Amino acid sequence: MADDDDRVFKALADPTRRFLLDKLFERDGRTLTELESELEMTRFGVMKHLRVLEEAGVVVAHKSGREKLHFLNPVPIRLIHDRWIDKYTERQVTALADLKKQLEETS
Amino acid sequence: MTTATQHTQTSQTTQVYRVYIKATAQAIWDAITKPEWTNRYGYTGFAEYDLRPGGAYQVRANDEFKAAAEAAGFPCPDVVVDGEVIQADEPRRLVTTWRMLMDADIAAEGFTQIAYDIKEIDGGYCSLTVTHDLEGAPKLAAMVSGSGEDSGAGGGHAWVLSDLKSLLETGKTLAS
Repeated sequence: MADDDDRVFKALADPTRRFLLDKLFERDGRTLTELESELEMTRFGVMKHLRVLEEAGVVVAHKSGREKLHFLNPVPIRLIHDRWIDKYTERQVTALADLKKQLEETS
Repeated sequence: MTTATQHTQTSQTTQVYRVYIKATAQAIWDAITKPEWTNRYGYTGFAEYDLRPGGAYQVRANDEFKAAAEAAGFPCPDVVVDGEVIQADEPRRLVTTWRMLMDADIAAEGFTQIAYDIKEIDGGYCSLTVTHDLEGAPKLAAMVSGSGEDSGAGGGHAWVLSDLKSLLETGKTLAS
């Protein structure tokens, strides 16, 4: 699923969608109506943003009776962290270690 | 509107995690329910399930884990998680009660409920969804959400699932 990361990055590349994620981080399991009340946007607009978040897997919707509740799913962001962020911070550390070695060898 | 209030309360104490894994439903089921698998990823330890309603569930810590816990000043019991099987529909759905015994305060919060749902998707993928109902267990909720990761308490469910995905897809865990 190589395009998985693309979907997550695309989902995060929008202030409204990041705002929705922050709202779910504060309190999980909200309905569309609850989320809509936090935004100056039409119900349709919020629905569209939620769909992008769901397609990227960062929001998971669960039916609870007649309500559809939205939950923040941190796993895709975790996977990006493990695969990208860790990789580059590790490289910085390695670069520093190499620099130390070089300096020590020349002195 | 009693029901609406109940829903809202439930939703606030429920955590949902979903991961897509390139593996068969059976392989994922085995990785969750068999001790030789559970000892290889996440918090490790040997899970033992009696896979029928009312059957016992427990996780025994391995020696390395116990030694590390003791060295960190938190000696842990042999059995670190216990519970009871509510539903076992191999390889699709597993529901158990779930109590963490590593810490006395968290153990005192009592049993929570956890569900694993495995769904096959076209193209040889499965989705694995973990739904953890944490009503009455705020300390455990904080732990499984990974809020104690920086202090060495592990990254909770997101970390465990990320590690499980890595193990099943590459044969290696994140730390190896």
